[in-house]
Amino acid sequence: MTGDGTAFDFDALIHEDKVHRSLYTNPAIFDRELTRIFGGTWVYLAHESQIPEPDSFFRTRLGLRPIIMVRDGDGVIRALYNRCTHRGATVCRAAQGTAKSFACPYHGWTFATSGKLLGVPWREGYAHDHRQEDQFNLAQVPRVESYRGFIFGTLNMDAPALADHLGPVRGPIDDWLDRNPGGKLVLSEANRMRFKGNWKLAYDNSADGYHVIFSHRSLLMMENRFAGDDPKGMSFYRQRPDSGRVRVYYFGNGHHFKDKRPTLADGPGAIWRIEGLHPGMEGYESEIRERYGARADAMLDLAGSIPMNINIFPNLLILGNHIQVLEPLSYNETATTWYGTAIVDDEDELDGAADLINALRMRTQEQFPIFGEVDDLTNFEEIQAGLGAEEDPWVYMDRGLGLPDRFTEKDGVVSGPATDEVFMREYMKHYKTLMAADPELSISRGGHD
Amino acid sequence: MGATDRNPSNSSYYVTNDFYAKLVADFEGWDLESRRIDEGPSLVRARSILFREARYLDQDRLRDWLTLFSPECAYWIPGTRNRGDPRREIAFAFHDRRQLEDRVYRLETGFAWSQTPVSRTSRMITNIEVFDTDEPGVTMVRSNFQVTEYWNGQIRFWTGYAVHRLAPESGDDLGVGAILAKQVNLIDCDENHRNPSITL
Repeated sequence: MTGDGTAFDFDALIHEDKVHRSLYTNPAIFDRELTRIFGGTWVYLAHESQIPEPDSFFRTRLGLRPIIMVRDGDGVIRALYNRCTHRGATVCRAAQGTAKSFACPYHGWTFATSGKLLGVPWREGYAHDHRQEDQFNLAQVPRVESYRGFIFGTLNMDAPALADHLGPVRGPIDDWLDRNPGGKLVLSEANRMRFKGNWKLAYDNSADGYHVIFSHRSLLMMENRFAGDDPKGMSFYRQRPDSGRVRVYYFGNGHHFKDKRPTLADGPGAIWRIEGLHPGMEGYESEIRERYGARADAMLDLAGSIPMNINIFPNLLILGNHIQVLEPLSYNETATTWYGTAIVDDEDELDGAADLINALRMRTQEQFPIFGEVDDLTNFEEIQAGLGAEEDPWVYMDRGLGLPDRFTEKDGVVSGPATDEVFMREYMKHYKTLMAADPELSISRGGHD
Repeated sequence: MGATDRNPSNSSYYVTNDFYAKLVADFEGWDLESRRIDEGPSLVRARSILFREARYLDQDRLRDWLTLFSPECAYWIPGTRNRGDPRREIAFAFHDRRQLEDRVYRLETGFAWSQTPVSRTSRMITNIEVFDTDEPGVTMVRSNFQVTEYWNGQIRFWTGYAVHRLAPESGDDLGVGAILAKQVNLIDCDENHRNPSITL
C-alpha cells in the first residue's frame, strides 16, 4: 500500500525478463511517476545556453509542473514554478526571452526573476503585507544543479548530490563534450516531435541496438544508396550484431550508454567518413580541406555525428550531436524534442573554421529526426495500440538473459552486446525501486531575506 | 572534377556559404507592395505551377513533383517563426536537390513505417500573390496553404504560407525545373508535431 492509498504490486508488474502493459497504459501509474520519478529523482530541465545571461528565461516542465528556468539578476540559476501564488495562473507565457520581472496577467502580482514577490496591486485592501510572508514568493525547485551545462532539478531533499547521482555516466558525457573546442556546446534550435505513446517507450528504445536495421530500414537504404563498398551511417548494425564491437553499458540509477565508437577507424576523419549524405557536404568539405589541409579531417569530424548514445534517466538522451529531451504529457502522449548543438570557438582554436563546421553540422543533425525518428515514433505508437490487448499483457526485454559469458560487470557497470536488452532490465529495476518508494517532496520559496 | 561529379542529384557542391547567404537574402523583404505583379501571365503561370505541385503531392506522384524543382534548388521549412539562418540553426527540414530525392527514395522503399500506409492528403492553395525581384524574370510567389492529412484513422491539418522562388518562364508549360527554392512556413513550426513525415 502506498502513501496515496493506491495499491501497486510492482514485484508483480516488473520481472527480470518482462514488464506488465500497465506500466505504459495505466493513468494511475503515470500519475505516480509524476511524483516518484519526475520530482523524486534528478530530472533534466534545461541547458545553460538556453538561459545565457542574467534575466534570461526559458519555459519548461518538471513532469507536468509548469516551470520557468531563469538566471536571476544575480546570475543564479533557478527553476521557478510558473504559478502565481495568488490564484494559480501562469505568470510567464512566452517560451523564452529576457525579463526583469514576471507580472501575472490576471491580477497584476509581480515577481522578481529570483521568484520574490515584488508587489500586489491595491495592497491597502488586504489586512496583511504579502511581501513579508514567504509563502507568497514563487515556489521553486529546491535543488537545482548543473553538470557541464546540463541543468537538473529534484524535489527530493534526500537525493544524492547530482554528481554522485550521475556517477560513471559522467565519463561518456565528458568525452562527448571534450571533443569540442573549449569542451563546450550551445543549443541551436530543434526538431520537435510528439507521439501518442508512453514516455518509457522512447527511453526503452534509447540504447536499443536491436531495432535499428528493422525500424530504420528505409533510412539505412536511403543513406547507402550511393555508398557502394563504403557503408554509411548506422550500417555497422548490419554486421553480426551480437558479436560486433558496439557495446551497451548500464551505469546505475537508470542511466545507460551505447558506445558505437569502437566501430570507427583509427585517426582523424573516421567520424566524417561514415557520415551519411547531407546538403552542402562536398562543397564545404572541399573548402575546409583547401583552407586547412592536414587539420581538415579533425574539423570535419566536428561536423559529423559522434556515434554515442548517452541516456540519463528519465528524460535526457544525448545521441550523435543531439540533446533529445523527453516530456511526458499523459500516460499515452510524449513530446520529444531533438535539440541541435553548435560548437563555440571562443579561443579561435579552429582558426575561423567554426562557422563552416556549424553550417555542415546543422544539416548532419536534421537527417535522423526527419527520416529516422519518425519511423521509431510510429512504432512506439503501434506498441501503445498493441498494448490495448489486456489478456496478453507482457512486454519482453530478455534478449541476452541467461546466456553464458554474455555480460561483464566491473565496478557496478554492466556491459553487453549492443543488441541486448540488459539496459532495459537494469533500468527497470531502478524504476521499480523509485516507484515503490515514498520520498518526501518539497519546494523552496527561494530563501529570500 | 569532371562534370559528372557535379550532378546535384548525387553530390552537393552548390550549397556553399554564398548559396546560403543569397538564399537568406532572397527570402527577406521580398514582399514589397511596389514589387507586386499579381495579375496577367505571371499570376496565371504561378497558379498553374502551385496547383500542379499540390496535385502531384496529393496524388502521391513524388517523381513528378521532383521535376518541378530546378537542379540546384533549396527546400526549406524553418523551425522558428523568424526563420533564422539555416547555417546556424536546425530547420524543420532543409533539403538540397539530392536530399529531396533522398526523401522520395525513402518513401519508395516500402519500409518507411511512418508512411505505411501512406497518408492521404488534400491541399488547398489560396491567396496567391506574385512579386518580381531584381533578377529578370525571377518571381517570388506567396500562397496560403492548408493540407488536410488523413493518417492512422485521424484527420489533421498542416497550415501556413509558402514562398516559391520561380525561375523565368522557359516556355515549358509543365513547370519543369521552375522552382528555384521553396520555403514552407508552418504557423506552428516551433511546436512539437506528431509524425511529421508527409511532404509539404
